[in-house]
Amino acid sequence: MTRRARLILFVFGACGFALLLAAALLSVPGFGTAQHRYAERAVLAAQVQRHTANAVASVTFDQRGLDTLAETFMFVAAVLGIAALLRRNPDEEEIPPRAHRQERRPPVPNTLRLAAYLLLPVTILVGIYIVLHGHISPGGGFQGGVVLGTAIHLLYLAGDFPTLARLRPVPVFEATEAVAAGAFVLLGFGAMLTGAVFLTNVMPYGTQGELLSAGTVPLLNILVGIEVAAGVVLLIAQFLEQALLLRRETARK
Amino acid sequence: MSVLAYLLAVWVFLIGVYGLVTSRNLIHAVVCLSVCQSSTYVLLLAIGYQWGATAPVFSGIASDAAVVDPVVQAMVLTDVVVNAAVTALLLAIAIQVHKRHHTIDPDRLRSLHG
Repeated sequence: MTRRARLILFVFGACGFALLLAAALLSVPGFGTAQHRYAERAVLAAQVQRHTANAVASVTFDQRGLDTLAETFMFVAAVLGIAALLRRNPDEEEIPPRAHRQERRPPVPNTLRLAAYLLLPVTILVGIYIVLHGHISPGGGFQGGVVLGTAIHLLYLAGDFPTLARLRPVPVFEATEAVAAGAFVLLGFGAMLTGAVFLTNVMPYGTQGELLSAGTVPLLNILVGIEVAAGVVLLIAQFLEQALLLRRETARK
Repeated sequence: MSVLAYLLAVWVFLIGVYGLVTSRNLIHAVVCLSVCQSSTYVLLLAIGYQWGATAPVFSGIASDAAVVDPVVQAMVLTDVVVNAAVTALLLAIAIQVHKRHHTIDPDRLRSLHG
């Protein structure tokens, strides 16, 4: 099909789709009204029953905990899939990270290096804060995990790839990700030991707004934070390996 | 007027599909798919919105304050994670396509060989 024919087909399809969707959306409850039946119940459950200040965290890790479990494993599956897709081809050869020196690329400006080294501890601290306070302020395991996972890549921006490669041994992070995701499941089974349903929030709820409150929500936040951080590191490691560490033997000869 | 928020989601989705249809670069196509998926964030958040309400985080606000729907916000969180996973997987596939076919222009990927 030529590009032109494809575009014409798209215009027809898009017009039909837009009309149908617009018609459907016109019968959706109006924008901004005070009628939110699920919201009322979810907020009540989060605040009154579970003492969780962040209602979104309560929905994610308590009221819809099973969905989040599936979401966590979906992320693990994606990381696994990328590892399988980006595995080394027989005709590719690895350059050891130590041999990866600056001469292959222009030098990194000193200001950028200084900024990266200064921001590294700050970013890791912010990441840990976001994970730990996920149940009382906006944030949580997914958000904080991404901050933590990308934080150490400031070293790459600083042009210090050998240190980055030393700091994140891939097998260790693979094991960490698996253990954290597994611990999520075990915590769910732990609730069953008390006679409750899988993944029930069985721990004491504490006082709303305090660090130790909301029962298992902060615990799950920490596990997801570790899992996502390890997953993001592995993900970026795979892509960096493609860009920096592999070369084709045929191309070299 | 208020239906504009929903129509915005439709527009973002369609502009993403337009990008996919006319794409000449697989990485560009992956980003377009991301744009399509962003329309679902807009739609979900628009459904949960309430005039005059604040974020559903009860720290520093009255315990009976009006808040927007936390359920759809949690769904958007799931959506964002799915989007990140899908984007990463597709980019990995784009790398493999480039290795095997030496092009990432979808129009030049005609033959099937593996």
